Amino acid sequence: MTELCDMTATELSAMLRAGQTSSATIAASCLERIAAVEGRVKAFLARTDDLAQAQAGSADSRLSGGDAPAVAGIPLALKDVLSTRGITTTCGSKILETYVPPFDCTAWERLQADGAVLLGKTNCDEFAMGSSNENSAFGPVHNPWDLDTVPGGSSGGSAAAVAAGEAVWALGTDTGGSVRQPASLCGVVGLKPTYGLISRYGLIAFASSLDTVGTFTRGVRDAALLLTSIAGKDQMDATSLDTPRRDYTEGLEQGVAGLKVGVVREAFGEGVEPGVKASVQAAVDRLEGLGASIGEVSLPHTDYALSAYYLIAPSEASSNLARYDGVRYGLRVPGSDSVEMMTRTRGAGFGPEVKRRIMLGTYALSAGYYEAYYGQAQKVRTLIIRDYGAAFADFDVLVSPTSPTTAFPIGAKVDDPLAMYLNDVFTIPANLSGMPAISIPSGLDDKGLPVGLQLTTPVLREDLLLRAAFALEQAIGFEARPGLLADLAA
Amino acid sequence: MPVEIDIDHVARLARLELTAEEKERLRAQLGLILEHAAKVGEVATDDVPPTAYAIPRANVLRPDVRTESLPLQDVLANAPEVEDDRFKVPRIVEVE
Repeated sequence: MTELCDMTATELSAMLRAGQTSSATIAASCLERIAAVEGRVKAFLARTDDLAQAQAGSADSRLSGGDAPAVAGIPLALKDVLSTRGITTTCGSKILETYVPPFDCTAWERLQADGAVLLGKTNCDEFAMGSSNENSAFGPVHNPWDLDTVPGGSSGGSAAAVAAGEAVWALGTDTGGSVRQPASLCGVVGLKPTYGLISRYGLIAFASSLDTVGTFTRGVRDAALLLTSIAGKDQMDATSLDTPRRDYTEGLEQGVAGLKVGVVREAFGEGVEPGVKASVQAAVDRLEGLGASIGEVSLPHTDYALSAYYLIAPSEASSNLARYDGVRYGLRVPGSDSVEMMTRTRGAGFGPEVKRRIMLGTYALSAGYYEAYYGQAQKVRTLIIRDYGAAFADFDVLVSPTSPTTAFPIGAKVDDPLAMYLNDVFTIPANLSGMPAISIPSGLDDKGLPVGLQLTTPVLREDLLLRAAFALEQAIGFEARPGLLADLAA
Repeated sequence: MPVEIDIDHVARLARLELTAEEKERLRAQLGLILEHAAKVGEVATDDVPPTAYAIPRANVLRPDVRTESLPLQDVLANAPEVEDDRFKVPRIVEVE
């Protein structure tokens, strides 16, 4: 029998309304699963068991009153870069090890208003910088499909928690692929909406022009439900778009017949594992079977997107992370004057990848180099946006693999930053262009590890994105479960 | 060719204390990463305008309404050192 903690939010929400279960029972199921697997998965940095039980109780009262939003009573996990009032928020960094935010991020504030239940804060690469979760100051997360492999990153804890049944769904953040890539490696659905659709207020900044809150769910409909609760204009974020709040489940079942789907040529080149290509190609064939017309499309500046990203993101990071100065919050290492105090604090508080990116960004913005690096990268960003403009003149939806590989062994790429950065080659363009993109499981490779397929649509066409993803998800019928869970049942 | 950078200068700009070993590793790694990143110069020609934000917005204002500020005690609770409801820092101005 399927445990409650392994069901979709859509299923649980229906059961709650039919009186077949309670939020307290669902939360207990998640807590039981956490007790069984967390020692091996290590998805959480902080647990909020008492809060979860209290919030589940409130949700049950609200549900019995008959007027509860769809997310009410469904247990959730939040990536530890999302500020939670009164609950430690570390960003996976020693420099914020004891930081307790005095306010909530907007996404969590909205979810609380809708009756959500918080299980805890999830592990991630330090300040969301990484593609394997190995850059967390508090140790790596283990992929539930194979505990010796990485879950992807940077939102690895959120992805692993949802894959392992520790949480029904979770929020992460996506600056260059940090929701979609771990979703791909963990066999769950990862949605990065249009830049500015979800408020960034309370999302501890990495690269402000790229940072996006995103969702981890077990199905596309769940992603639409979660998005419905948190999307929409917020006056606390000046980059938040003027979009009214709406129901993203509407029109989900309209199918893909007649849609023009573009297969991104550059995403099937060298460096992409054969198992990944085969799985995504099979899914493309299914789209054709569902009545979509398929064509090949080229995004000629794909190769340059990675270069541009690794100048723009570190530049913005070097500026954003200047706030960790040992004065207002976080670690302080004493020094004889304020500059020595700051310098020592930052040297002791940041890990290797964060230092690498601060140095990279500082260099790219420094006098004499600004124009050659940061300035040129911003022009490439324009070229990427033009590539997409041309592609969407001919197609409604673009399809590619989410990541060139499936989950790789822990430790395999830690000494080679460039190889690690290549994980994000297909996800970065959506951040540079602001477009929404989603990763859904397309199958397993010959190692039994999940493959993710990415769909992309134009800015603010989440309706089209979710509709296409939902149709494809139904056609693929991905039902494989992580080895860890099979072991539990045995 | 890997790019040569003055690690000490950049670390000073970034207010980042690095060990000799860290400097050595970063000099090699950043040199390679920048060599790759420099590819942006191949296609970014003079007639291409830069993009800072993919979806630009300008003059975004919220209604000018007074709201409660954050509770002082909650904010100061995170500070490494506090004195009289203020953040305490090492001496900044030298006394003659």
